[in-house]
Amino acid sequence: MSPFLQVSGLTRRFGGLVAVNDLSFSVAKGEIVGLLGPNGSGKTTVLNMISGHLPPSDGQIALADTRLSGLGPHKIARQGVARTFQLVRALPSLSVTENVIVALAFGRKRLWGEAARLEALKRLEQVGLAHRAGQQAGDLTYIDQKRMELARALAADPQLLLLDEWLAGLNPTELQTGIELIRGLKSSGITILMVEHVMEAIRALCGRCVIMNAGIKIADAPTAEALSDPAVVTAYLGEQHA
Amino acid sequence: MTPRFLLEISAFIAVIAALALLPLFASPYGITLMIGMLGYVALAIGWALFSGPTRYVSLATVAFFGIGAYTCAVFSEVLAYPLLLLVAGLIGLGVALVVGLATLRLAGVYFVIFTFGLAELIRQLVTWYEVNITGTLGRYIFLPVTPEGIYWQLLALTAAAFAMSWAISRSRLGLALKVIGEDEVVASHSGIDIARVKLGLFALSAVIMTLVGAIQAPRWTYVEPSIAFNPTVSFLTLIMALLGGANRLMGPILGAVPLFLLFEWLSANFPNHYSIILGLIFITIVFVLPNGVLDFIEKGWARRLPVAKPAEVHK
Repeated sequence: MSPFLQVSGLTRRFGGLVAVNDLSFSVAKGEIVGLLGPNGSGKTTVLNMISGHLPPSDGQIALADTRLSGLGPHKIARQGVARTFQLVRALPSLSVTENVIVALAFGRKRLWGEAARLEALKRLEQVGLAHRAGQQAGDLTYIDQKRMELARALAADPQLLLLDEWLAGLNPTELQTGIELIRGLKSSGITILMVEHVMEAIRALCGRCVIMNAGIKIADAPTAEALSDPAVVTAYLGEQHA
Repeated sequence: MTPRFLLEISAFIAVIAALALLPLFASPYGITLMIGMLGYVALAIGWALFSGPTRYVSLATVAFFGIGAYTCAVFSEVLAYPLLLLVAGLIGLGVALVVGLATLRLAGVYFVIFTFGLAELIRQLVTWYEVNITGTLGRYIFLPVTPEGIYWQLLALTAAAFAMSWAISRSRLGLALKVIGEDEVVASHSGIDIARVKLGLFALSAVIMTLVGAIQAPRWTYVEPSIAFNPTVSFLTLIMALLGGANRLMGPILGAVPLFLLFEWLSANFPNHYSIILGLIFITIVFVLPNGVLDFIEKGWARRLPVAKPAEVHK
């Protein structure tokens, strides 16, 4: 299968620190790929470069035949890339519905007015948040804000969805719901790249994992294989466990 | 079109029509007062158009206001009157675009300081030019515009600014501005071209301010940089918009009208202590009503009717 998302030679330096170093990987259309690694290994920086939040220092990112690297975040969003943030970014003084309408109004769908409101409600229903539609986003609990952020990302009608620890901090019941939700997205054809630490979710969802350590890719293989790779075990647990 | 919409439109037209007929009855002093008031209402609406939703607090109001007034003074003998306003508007637009491109990356307090500095910079530049190149500091403006004429023009400008602010608040653009004010990262990741939206609105707001200056200038007959670029104009505009609530359509009007009347009364009755009282009023408003009177009243209302708000579903 030809790659849908193609990352090649991606590098990001912060002063003297190389946060991401010559990273290359690809994701096929409709695939769910996990981007893993110990804290500080550069996972979020990779997502930030794909979504355009940070410009790469070097290297290229392409989605289908469109080059993303070098574009601003709003242009990348219009190419069909949506994301959630590690630390939830709600728009607290807007209502929950309005939060979702933002993605509809400025995303690829360009919906506005009544059509946007109905579509927003549909998205909220999808993430189980329809009953909070009229509330101020700032009044939601943390988990509900995460749901709202996912609804907003989905409302953008993405081809590629970037999830940054979206499942972190959920209790076991919520986690199961969350996993089902993401699995459901796969069947609708969305390609997903997810940064995640919850192993249960990674095993359940990701067919393949790209694992990073200190900015470098150390494994890129089907999940079970990648997780048992000696280099990966060393990176997470230290030398003696490998 | 809903009945409510028709009602609002008719109310708007009725108010403008009533205000337009006012000069037929008002005394010369009344007209002078109304010109000053309308000027500030238009400035406050223009200010709130950009700074309200985006929360970029601008102190550059008087920079554009002064540019308008000075354009009027410089070209009053060369250009025919309506053309004069057009030229003033274009100069204001040009300056706003250049300044906006350079500064809208700045956030928070840096933007505030920059805009304040900009107004001073332009004032000093004009002063330098007048002293060293033209050789005289002040300029006379002799234009055949009656006070009534100025009043009607300002009324038209204010009505247009209000209508624009209303249209923007219900449009996609209005939502884009709100999102930018809340979180620029979310805004750009949702597909909003934040640089363009901010620049566009900054320029629109600047053109309104420039036109206020250009329309009012003939009232002064004589201008010099310290009059046209008086920083108090920026501060008054800011505080008026804040008092009413810069995020609401009626906010700037509800702030500008009472404060303008208050300042008029203060400057007539306490000319020596005017600045002190002004400063105290600024501080009081910022402390007591940081979100404006409208917000304060609504919150007070919600507290008295505790059940109504949280359960209400957005329709």
